Amino acid sequence: MSRRRISLRQELPLLVWLVFVWGALWQDFSPGNLLFGALIAVVVARLFYLPPVELGGRFSVLRAVPFAIVFLGKVVAASFQVLYLAVARGPKVTNAVVAVQLRSHSDLMVTATGHVISLIPGSLVVEVDRSTSTLYIHGLNVRNGEDIVNLRKEVRDTEAALIRIMGTKHELAALQQEVGA
Amino acid sequence: MNPDASAVDALTDTVSAVFMVVGALMSLAAAVGLLRFPDLMSRMHAATKPQVLGLFLLLAAVGLQLRTWWVWPALFVAWIFQVLTVPVSAHMVGRAGYRTKHLHKELLTADELEAVVLKSADKKAADLRAKGNGRMPGEKRKTDDDGGSSVSV
Repeated sequence: MSRRRISLRQELPLLVWLVFVWGALWQDFSPGNLLFGALIAVVVARLFYLPPVELGGRFSVLRAVPFAIVFLGKVVAASFQVLYLAVARGPKVTNAVVAVQLRSHSDLMVTATGHVISLIPGSLVVEVDRSTSTLYIHGLNVRNGEDIVNLRKEVRDTEAALIRIMGTKHELAALQQEVGA
Repeated sequence: MNPDASAVDALTDTVSAVFMVVGALMSLAAAVGLLRFPDLMSRMHAATKPQVLGLFLLLAAVGLQLRTWWVWPALFVAWIFQVLTVPVSAHMVGRAGYRTKHLHKELLTADELEAVVLKSADKKAADLRAKGNGRMPGEKRKTDDDGGSSVSV
């Protein structure tokens, strides 16, 4: 086979997730069922081969938990904002398409940032330029230049938080240098 | 009856009632947004986002009411798949909508994608014309270097 082999360590998050889905679907987390699930997960991962996700090699739970809480809070706040806009502003709402240049060039980081930004109401990824890792974001209720600057800052901050959680050492060092400067 | 257990019961009932009402309100927000917003892109905001929170609250209410631990993993999986697929579908619809011009330009305060798309469309048209005439691309009109941008039409 000409395909690049991926190590078990790199594949482990996928396998753990597959076993979890198996257990959740059977609603049975007994050791026997999990073992059989793990067997099926390995067979599926071998047969239906996908390009490996290049993980950063680190994951900080200490930073991930506050991030998840802040994320949920933002989703709640922004959902009510969309409700308010829908009722109060309606057809008069003004928007903007803003280009945001990201720091990281890894697919995982661009995808994760795009997902988080898309899930917070009020911003939607319209286009991704992979070669320059630029996200083009459609922002709801963007009235002037100040709002555009705020939107761009929020996307960059989200990326910074994600780099702190699971970026590579190299990206983290670059980020710290940027913050320190 | 154990007074402690009934107090806990009352609390879970109250919490799940609040969750259900707010979750339903979020679905209502999506519906109102669909009707009120002016173009496809802003409607996508209403159609995809508040509903993620609405589903989260309704699933949490279901989990609280069923009072069995084994529904939680199933509910969690249902929500995670929603969270993973909603941005992708929103992106695909938004991307197609932008290119088929289902948006009101006059309502945009800034559009930093338009230039990139136009440039890439120009380049593609020039390449096609050159191919049709058997000439090399860029012979007739000077194609400007787009800096390796890969945005396609």
